[in-house]
Amino acid sequence: MTSTVVSERVATKAGTKQARPKLFRNPWRHPWFLEGFTWLYLIWSLAPIAIAVLFSFNKGKSQATYQGLSFRWYWGDKVNSIWYNPQLHSAMFTTLKLSAYTTLIAVPLGVAFALGINRWRGKIPSSFNFIMILSFVVPELIFGVAMFFVFTQLFSGIGLGLLAEILGLVTWNVSWPAIIVQARLVTIGKQYEEASADLGATQWQTIRRVMLPLLYPAIFASAILVFSGVIDDFVVVDLLSSNATNTPMSVIIYSTQHGGNGGPALNALATVMLLMSFVVAGLGFLGYRLMTRGQRIDGQQALTAIAGAE
Amino acid sequence: MATQAPPERPPTAAPGKQKEHQPNKLFWIILAAPGMIWLAILFVIPFYAMLAIGEGKLDTQTESPVAVYNPFTWSSANLSNVWRDLFGSNAFAGDIAWRTIWYVAIASLLSLVIAYPAAYFVARFAGRRKGIFLLLLIAPFWISYMMRMLAWIDLLQSNGYVNKILSFVGLGSPDWLGGHFYTVILGLVYGYIPYLILVLYAGLDRIDASLIEAGRDLGLGRLRTFVRVTLPLSRQPILTGMLITVLPMLGDYYTNQLLSGARDTSMIGNLIQGQLSIPSAGQGAILSLIVLVVLLVPMIYYVIATNRSSRAAS
Repeated sequence: MTSTVVSERVATKAGTKQARPKLFRNPWRHPWFLEGFTWLYLIWSLAPIAIAVLFSFNKGKSQATYQGLSFRWYWGDKVNSIWYNPQLHSAMFTTLKLSAYTTLIAVPLGVAFALGINRWRGKIPSSFNFIMILSFVVPELIFGVAMFFVFTQLFSGIGLGLLAEILGLVTWNVSWPAIIVQARLVTIGKQYEEASADLGATQWQTIRRVMLPLLYPAIFASAILVFSGVIDDFVVVDLLSSNATNTPMSVIIYSTQHGGNGGPALNALATVMLLMSFVVAGLGFLGYRLMTRGQRIDGQQALTAIAGAE
Repeated sequence: MATQAPPERPPTAAPGKQKEHQPNKLFWIILAAPGMIWLAILFVIPFYAMLAIGEGKLDTQTESPVAVYNPFTWSSANLSNVWRDLFGSNAFAGDIAWRTIWYVAIASLLSLVIAYPAAYFVARFAGRRKGIFLLLLIAPFWISYMMRMLAWIDLLQSNGYVNKILSFVGLGSPDWLGGHFYTVILGLVYGYIPYLILVLYAGLDRIDASLIEAGRDLGLGRLRTFVRVTLPLSRQPILTGMLITVLPMLGDYYTNQLLSGARDTSMIGNLIQGQLSIPSAGQGAILSLIVLVVLLVPMIYYVIATNRSSRAAS
């Protein structure tokens, strides 16, 4: 796009000796090429999703040709729709259950860990902090394999299933609150804590009355990340689930499609998953805005915060 | 209430304050302890258990691996088996390892080439429309990975929309899902690019616009400003972003299974996942550990870089 503009300018200015500076006449012009590229990227990244959602409303059995609107795969079909197929039905509730339990355990654990590690200086806390960040970057498959072995061999009393999934997911996700809260603690600094101590508050009071309120947005953002992360999680739950009663949506979609039994019902399930994530993200955004009201945080910052990019 | 300082604690008494701050280290220890114990039991021990199984024996009667927790009685049978598979004369795993490296290298570079301009545009030029661009850019982050793979499976079916368009234009209808490397790479790029783009956006957005303006004011052209100011300043986000896409790609088995499923496109993740079935589980454990050891260098680099940047922020 830019090159055509340039060549047009060259054509009109041909003959004048100072063609070169004229080429770059407006250095602040809008980068149309970049904008076009960005739009193409956005279409490429979002149009397939829109089409997949469309197929969940397909009248026919095909995932490739659209044959008209129906709710057959949601509740219309008494056998294969996500509401009536017991496997698909229970998958939705398994996902919600896993997300809720994991968030309830991982967030307090991670926040306390972050507070303690951040203020207790020394070799032991810094090596545990190192381990925590390792758990954040280790490939999920390697982590999942280790979890699989520990629950089938060493802690074989636990075995595979719901408990193993929750324990694995908490370990996998505890680094979100731990990292985000530590980052926030660094920007808060020590002044508030010291002021509160000088004014006679005990440490527990300082944590409860001063630090926690300052940390609420960070804690909330990490809870949103953990909850939606568990909805999307695949590897850990794939390796640790044992039967249909504890298999969440992502694993059902994978194994059914991979087993050759795909169909619009899977698209319907995926759409429900999408809806859950978007509801969580929406609530997260609104909640974050509400909590940081009065601070100089705009919508864009709130968006990146609940996506973990702060 | 809290504003009225109790008289017995004058804020100026710095030495006394120091003393009061000393004994409460225990408080921080108690706060950190649950998380530390959790990580020890459910992160450190599992990796030791994996090592113990990898270095353990095979119960020939039940055909199941037996973990050996004492390092002095470890057997190297699994290790030598895996080693032979990787580097021996009949090394099928060696091919898979090379293929993995190639696929991941191509997919991650392609992701960078696509993600950087988009992130750069939104961070620098989107102006008043930044919010909506950012929302669209971040949206895939909230869409489950399986949903995104499913979307491409729908599109790439032999009678799917992609082939309908291609045959309409007269380009034939390739069998996309029949086990081709390009489909796998497309899947990897599509799957992991949202994470990369988010990291790049956050990094590029943080660059002080006045530095770029200074470059322009001092007479650099648009391109040279980019090469000499913006690009050096975005080195850190590029490195972190690449790590955050490369590491999970290396452990990916589902993208490959869903979009190809063929043996001659399988990656190291498929090999590990396939070996979890009982008799060869020990080899799966060893293979996972080898991958872990190889990746330890980039992982530690990531940890150090994160620590450094958080210290710089303070």
